[in-house]
Amino acid sequence: MSRTLKRILLAAGMFAIGASAAGAATLDDVKARGALNCGVSQGLPGFSNPDDKGNWTGLDVDYCRAIAAAIFNDPTKVKFTPLSAKDRFTALQSGAVDVLSRNTTWTMSRDTTLGLNFSGVTYYDGQGFMVRKSLNLKSVNELNGASICVQSGTTNELNVGDYFRANNLKYELIAFATSDETVKAYDSGRCDALTSDQSQLYALRLKLTNVADHMVLPNVISKEPLGPAVRQGDDQWFDLTKWVYFAMLNAEELGINSKNIDQMAASNSPEIKRLLGSDGKFGESIGVSNDWVVRIVKHVGNYGEMFEKNVGTSSPLGIARGLNNLWNKGGVQYGMPVR
Amino acid sequence: MTDARWSGSAPVRRWSWTDPALRSAVIQITLAIALIWMAWSFFANAQENLARQGIASGFGFMENSAGFGITQTLIPYSESMSYGRVFLVGLLNTLLVAFLGIILATIIGFLMGVARLSNNVVIRALASAYVEVTRNLPPLFQILFWYLAVLSTMPNPRQSWAFGIKPFLDSLASGASAIGLTPLGAWLKGMADAAAAPGVFVSNRGLVVPRPIFEPDANIIFGILVASVIVAFFVARWARKRREATGQQFPTFWAGLAIIVLPALAAGLVLGAPVTIENPELRGFNFVGGIRVIPEFVSLLVALSIYTAGFIAEIVRAGILAVSKGQTEAAHSLGLRSGPTLRLIIIPQAMRVIVPPLTSQYLNLTKNSTLGVAVGYPDLVAVFAGTTLNQTGQAIEIIALTMAVYLTISIVTSTLMGWYNKRVALVER
Ligand SMILES: N[C@@H](CCC(=O)N[C@@H](CS)C(=O)NCC(=O)O)C(=O)O
Repeated sequence: MSRTLKRILLAAGMFAIGASAAGAATLDDVKARGALNCGVSQGLPGFSNPDDKGNWTGLDVDYCRAIAAAIFNDPTKVKFTPLSAKDRFTALQSGAVDVLSRNTTWTMSRDTTLGLNFSGVTYYDGQGFMVRKSLNLKSVNELNGASICVQSGTTNELNVGDYFRANNLKYELIAFATSDETVKAYDSGRCDALTSDQSQLYALRLKLTNVADHMVLPNVISKEPLGPAVRQGDDQWFDLTKWVYFAMLNAEELGINSKNIDQMAASNSPEIKRLLGSDGKFGESIGVSNDWVVRIVKHVGNYGEMFEKNVGTSSPLGIARGLNNLWNKGGVQYGMPVR
Repeated sequence: MTDARWSGSAPVRRWSWTDPALRSAVIQITLAIALIWMAWSFFANAQENLARQGIASGFGFMENSAGFGITQTLIPYSESMSYGRVFLVGLLNTLLVAFLGIILATIIGFLMGVARLSNNVVIRALASAYVEVTRNLPPLFQILFWYLAVLSTMPNPRQSWAFGIKPFLDSLASGASAIGLTPLGAWLKGMADAAAAPGVFVSNRGLVVPRPIFEPDANIIFGILVASVIVAFFVARWARKRREATGQQFPTFWAGLAIIVLPALAAGLVLGAPVTIENPELRGFNFVGGIRVIPEFVSLLVALSIYTAGFIAEIVRAGILAVSKGQTEAAHSLGLRSGPTLRLIIIPQAMRVIVPPLTSQYLNLTKNSTLGVAVGYPDLVAVFAGTTLNQTGQAIEIIALTMAVYLTISIVTSTLMGWYNKRVALVER
């Protein structure tokens, strides 16, 4: 009942947009409130997951902390709201969160008809399938007739339909509202395969009873560029969220990290000077202090540090940089120049 | 106009606030205008703000193709069909579970309610335990219990429990031959041999049973069946009327059964049994063919029925207790045994007390069926107010439509029950 209730409340929130002056300056609201409202997942290791002390951790979480660092010089000034795949857009539209950082795929319809803007792609991903090793499968195409568990309200739910139909494969899709229910159903044997973005499969695998019994198939059936989204119609806020991300990429590219940030602040390189705020008024142009990037890197780190810590090869997920490497290192992560 | 002659002496009406009729009319009209204005400005305002935020609005999306698969569809459906179709599929799934749930809950509820008043201590204690346990555990918990703790522990399809229908058909065949229906016996024997492979499978993918495939000739049998049901209905009515008038008994049940079954059976034999059986078969990951009942549906149906039956049992018990003890004593002293006393004297009177609260249990069950999202049952809320809403982002339209549907289901249920209540209401003579 509570789920239905929540949805109705969110819908009521939608009506409330009617009453409030929508499109108001989000940054002013955040500053006045003294905290950023950040929408995350309900628990996805590596991306957004509460640790045993109840602190949120992960790549999507760190991105929100970086925004808070830029605004408040304090990465803890974030209130995290766990959202299911289904409820996330309504929560953003109604103003319940200022930024949605929840492994959300940037698609055209979401960008255009849901009243959202995507600030960037913090993680390039693609959809994969997890199956039991005992099935001895090599490819998705051997899944003809299989039962597949998926979280409802995701791009994954749609991609399965496209792919299986295009390849003339039969399937039974069982869609659950939350990732916990999805994982439990797969774990109990109700489904032959669990499908989601590959990175999430590695994360969800950690939640299974017998991690070693399961494997992720090599096939990738879609493009899933995951990134943060904000409400359409507030350009200042859109700019800020976009440039926080670019700043983290540029910091990595220029070799600035959380350990050397103090030396780097004294650097003579014009690029570094602009990025770290000793030259120009770039911070002011997005409504924060000029040393915004120093704050971000000091508290959260650059993009590479954020990646390694949360999902990289040294983390439990153990994902290689791959596509998410910088553009000049064989990946496609590319920070627009600060100038 | 005969009134004309009164007009002369009628008091002159004045516009005055002290006139209650006028006052209430003015207030009501003002209120109505204010409400309409509020609703309209609400709508216009929302429309304008949605447009400014770049959020789509209107019902145009209903024609767009949905793109996602649905596990259980009572009507043909594929991903390339529209959101409008998704709405229908979801609605039918909701109606299916609500309808069957109401029937099951009523049966279990009545049995338990009567059992709670039984003279047998064990039966009474069991029924009390049932009521206490089922009423006090949240329905969501019960749904998850059946889904995760019971149904998902079933074996996987390869190791599923298989039951043949052959032994069943064999025994029917020998039974038929024994009572002299030799051709029927032979036919059943043939069917049994045709269905030699097991046809019923239980696994963690649900229950699979053979699907009867009817040939065109079967329509004749269906026609005969429908006609027999109508005849049986009129015979039952005639029997009741005669009993009420003359007190003469008539074996309505057995006669009705014969009227319904025998002509159809005869037609079936004449037409050479125009039905074949499609046995499900394990192919790859799952069963192909047959009819499959998914565990999501079963767990939701079982949990809702059992949960609601707990409440219905209490309602039934209260209803029976509301009938004065003198009625039972009077029936007994007339020589009626306990069974008929309950069935013919007590329950009909108790119905007056039972029906109104029963209605609200039916409504509760229907609304609780939305909890099926937790186990992935594709009801209206899951596929329409859930996935469709998420994909199109059109919360206002979709929530409004969904609310309208539940409101309609509730109103229809209450109306039907209200009509039934009038029929069982005490007729004062
Ligand atoms: N990238 C997908 C979302 C994928 C998604 O939500 N995956 C599930 C995997 S089951 C998840 O991460 N769930 C986490 C949660 O709900 O907490 C989209 O944008 O539609």
